Amino acid sequence: MSTTFLIAVVFGMFAVTFAIRFVLLARAHRTYLPAWLEEALRFVPVAVLTAIIMPMLLMPNKQWDLDWHNPWLLGGGAAFVTGLVLRKPLITIVFGVVVFFVSKALIS
Amino acid sequence: MRHCLLFGWEVMSVNTVPILHKWPAMRFGALVSLPMIIGNMPFGFIFGSLAVSQGLPLWVPMAMSFFVFAGSAQFVAIGLLAAGAPLWVIISTTFIVNLRHLLYAADFMKYVRHLSLKWRALMAFGLIDETYAAVTPYYQNGRLHLEVGHWAYLGSFLAFYTIWNVTTFLGVVAGKYIPNMSQWGLEFAMVATFLGIITPYLRSLPYWTVFLVSGGLAVVLYNLPNNLGMLIAALLGVAAGLLSEQVQTRFKSSAEVQP
Repeated sequence: MSTTFLIAVVFGMFAVTFAIRFVLLARAHRTYLPAWLEEALRFVPVAVLTAIIMPMLLMPNKQWDLDWHNPWLLGGGAAFVTGLVLRKPLITIVFGVVVFFVSKALIS
Repeated sequence: MRHCLLFGWEVMSVNTVPILHKWPAMRFGALVSLPMIIGNMPFGFIFGSLAVSQGLPLWVPMAMSFFVFAGSAQFVAIGLLAAGAPLWVIISTTFIVNLRHLLYAADFMKYVRHLSLKWRALMAFGLIDETYAAVTPYYQNGRLHLEVGHWAYLGSFLAFYTIWNVTTFLGVVAGKYIPNMSQWGLEFAMVATFLGIITPYLRSLPYWTVFLVSGGLAVVLYNLPNNLGMLIAALLGVAAGLLSEQVQTRFKSSAEVQP
């Protein structure tokens, strides 16, 4: 791989990534989204974050693992229930992480 | 230490007293990002060491972290480079993998309208999953507002950017000495943080619908290439949430019409 090729790769990745992130923000001062779309965007945090973590919890080794031996499922379940009941992010995170590492240590 | 813990506690609780000044806002942004930063550290390290182990020159992973600043796309690119993929494949794959950021940007438009183009360019460069996840809930609950919210965003972005570049560098120079880091499970801290962010939303039917549809589809579509499954799952999750909200409103209004 030539240096020119690698520079082109890094530059191209930068350009395309920055373009995606900037195109809407750049026109934010003169573009107003339709009301229904603004409404829909409220769901983006839950939708994307859930889509990112669910495969990590339910299939940590790239395949279904709905077993109590799966520390990802145990830690995630503990964090989920804590979060639903208490709604305090810090307790949710700490408790989930503790359950994850304790069960990981006990299981392996 | 005690003070620091208490401060962290206060930050992460459901306190909604608005933050008024730029420095406290920056510190706030960095602080609410802390669990995810810890969760991210192995990724930067693994990325750096992986790139070098594929025979790439040292500057390539470092330049990617410095200029591109997009974790999952960087991993995919290293894999494609190792497989000898042509330029256009790498660039278009990067495009697809990062397309979800368009959703974040659309959601963020209303918070950046009043800012200069320079500010918006800076914020666009730093628009990653984690910063969006860290800052958005506090805009929504009123803790952050248009006056200082962008400083909190900057605090979060700079904290992630610094750690991402430092850990990439450490991975490049020292990766081979700590070979098992990917087995430690430090990434779980990020998963737990995301759960901490998601769960307070789950108080109404539309959000539960989003959660179930998006999570279910993400698992079912997991094997699609280039994060496409995740993107489709998130889009359909948003659509399902909107639909369930409409159904709910219609149901409620028709119930009200009844005597």
